[in-house]
Amino acid sequence: MSAPAPDPIRHGEVVLRVEHLVKYFPITRGIVFKRQIGTVKAVDDVSFELHEGETLGLVGESGCGKTTTARTILRLEKATSGHAWYRGRDIFTLSGKEMRELRREIQVIFQDPYASLNPRMTVGDIIGEGWRVHPGVMPKNRRRARIHELLELVGLNPDHINRYPHQFSGGQRQRIGVARALALEPKIVICDEPVSALDVSVQAQVVNLLEDLQDELGLSYLFIAHDLSVVRHICDRIAVMYLGKIAETGDEYQVYDNTAHPYTTALLSAVPIPDPAARHLGRRILLEGDVPSPADPLSGCRFRTRCWKAQGVCAQTEPELIDRGQGHPVACHFAQVEFDPAR
Amino acid sequence: MATTLSRDAVAGRPVDPAAPLLVVEDLHVEFRIEAGTVRAVNGLSYTLRRGETVAILGESGSGKSVSAQAVMGIIDSPPGFVTGGSVRFRGVELLDLSEADRRRVRGDRIAMIFQDALTALNPVFPVGWQIAEMFRMHRGVPRKEAREKAIELMERVKIPSARTRAGSYPHEFSGGMRQRVMIAMALSLDPEILIADEPTTALDVTVQAQIMALLAELQQQTGMGLILITHDLGVVAEVADQVVVMYAGREVEKGPSLPVYHRPAHPYTLGLMDSLPRRDVHTERLRPIKGSPPDLLAIPPGCPFRPRCPYARDICAAEEPPLAAVTSEHVSACHFWEEVSRERAGA
Repeated sequence: MSAPAPDPIRHGEVVLRVEHLVKYFPITRGIVFKRQIGTVKAVDDVSFELHEGETLGLVGESGCGKTTTARTILRLEKATSGHAWYRGRDIFTLSGKEMRELRREIQVIFQDPYASLNPRMTVGDIIGEGWRVHPGVMPKNRRRARIHELLELVGLNPDHINRYPHQFSGGQRQRIGVARALALEPKIVICDEPVSALDVSVQAQVVNLLEDLQDELGLSYLFIAHDLSVVRHICDRIAVMYLGKIAETGDEYQVYDNTAHPYTTALLSAVPIPDPAARHLGRRILLEGDVPSPADPLSGCRFRTRCWKAQGVCAQTEPELIDRGQGHPVACHFAQVEFDPAR
Repeated sequence: MATTLSRDAVAGRPVDPAAPLLVVEDLHVEFRIEAGTVRAVNGLSYTLRRGETVAILGESGSGKSVSAQAVMGIIDSPPGFVTGGSVRFRGVELLDLSEADRRRVRGDRIAMIFQDALTALNPVFPVGWQIAEMFRMHRGVPRKEAREKAIELMERVKIPSARTRAGSYPHEFSGGMRQRVMIAMALSLDPEILIADEPTTALDVTVQAQIMALLAELQQQTGMGLILITHDLGVVAEVADQVVVMYAGREVEKGPSLPVYHRPAHPYTLGLMDSLPRRDVHTERLRPIKGSPPDLLAIPPGCPFRPRCPYARDICAAEEPPLAAVTSEHVSACHFWEEVSRERAGA
């Protein structure tokens, strides 16, 4: 079975376990008589565990299924098959009422701080809005004080409680989004590209804020991003996705320094290093063409058409995500997993 | 051949054979809007030579794109006005040219590509037709011949099965392929300068690498000068010969990329480098720049970076720092550049 590796990190209990998660979208044609003419395999057999206090990074290019994975876990999409357990409870079988409670415990921070805040609401109302659905979290007479505390916690001036989103910069808006998520006292925060829309000089502020909050509140993050440098910095473990599947997963040193999957190698080599002296060091692997459409899946390994290691077996058998004993599972027939005796 | 035009004159004015490809000097651009006057570019100077790449690095609102639009002559006026400075293309002052003459320079001698290739292309015409239009309009090439040239160009920018794809519409292409179409259009008239405004920002990183490699290859073949407008320090480090760092409409640091990256002499540049995580090394804690970029309608007096600067002292509020020469080719607009550049002296 392609189960995740045994926990290599000294984090707490498993708070979220995803097993063989599958999400297919039908492609239909016709308006009155719809018929299905194909399937987009957005998420195809994805398994991972998220521990308490841990940050798990889901990285990959656009269309690889990282956001769909998160949406399916939250039941914003109906899973085609597979399971997701939140602290031992099967998310996909929860009743409406139980689901509402779960959505309090798993909060989301979105990419676009301009689109994700209601422009007609004051910052105080935005942060406190969740309490209208979950009145039990915060008694009414404590709410205003709590909003003050939250604003302070995310590094905003509590006196700005009555301002509107347009009066804030991009970085400040993202802080408002963080405060809104924290208002419901979640255990897990799904961060969907939380810093991609921000200016470089502001990105680091938000990254540091997320790290501090994690330490302070013991949060677990599912960190979805395409920026491999930010992911390396913030994540304890990283899962690299390609066309709906996890190609490789491990900690920062395993995935970045002892890369075993050719896709990860290519992806990493494409990320420029901000140092002109490093320009001609290291091999730059240029992948040919674009990511194939997830609507017409390939036989065997999905990466084989762009892979320089591909051989006959890759077209016949789909490689499974296998841990070869180093706690560094890789889905490749020719994985180069190195055993690092230092660890 | 109809396309061989004299390259020794610009709008009837002879070029200066000794002059660099492009010299921008003390460029000023402002936008007069209801809320006030935004000084989007406030004294920018740089020199671009044949085959060279100059990167203009800055965040949103730094004036980097506006400065490129001013060079290109495509600022909407009003509200935008080029209020001072000089833009000399091979010695010929572009700012003195009539609009009709500038149009002839645009596309022909200086071409530009944009971040969003989908909005830059016309959705109702096939891409091959749009590329061919360049030859028909600027060179009067007959329809059939223009089409063949378009297909040739599509092959040159490595669009697979170019002949078939020439009949496809922009929405049928992926982001990377659309950017290749843009590049093909930009290169159609053999421009001497290509301005690339965030050419890869909307693309995935593997596609970004393909596009940057393509641009480098084309530059090598043609010897064109490249002006790269971007916020991405990684991309700049990979391709730029010269870097101009802009902040709030001003150039704050400028020089060859190696010294600018290795011994930054402006606190903003140093702050950018420090706040950046890297894919090749482990970073314990990021050191961000505090605060956020200023409101361009209310830039503080003195040094615009002062409110965010860890080196700021009284003089920074009183006097705008002049460009100080760190070396003969490296300048910094900071009163305390010596102190800042010592920061990396050991490295």
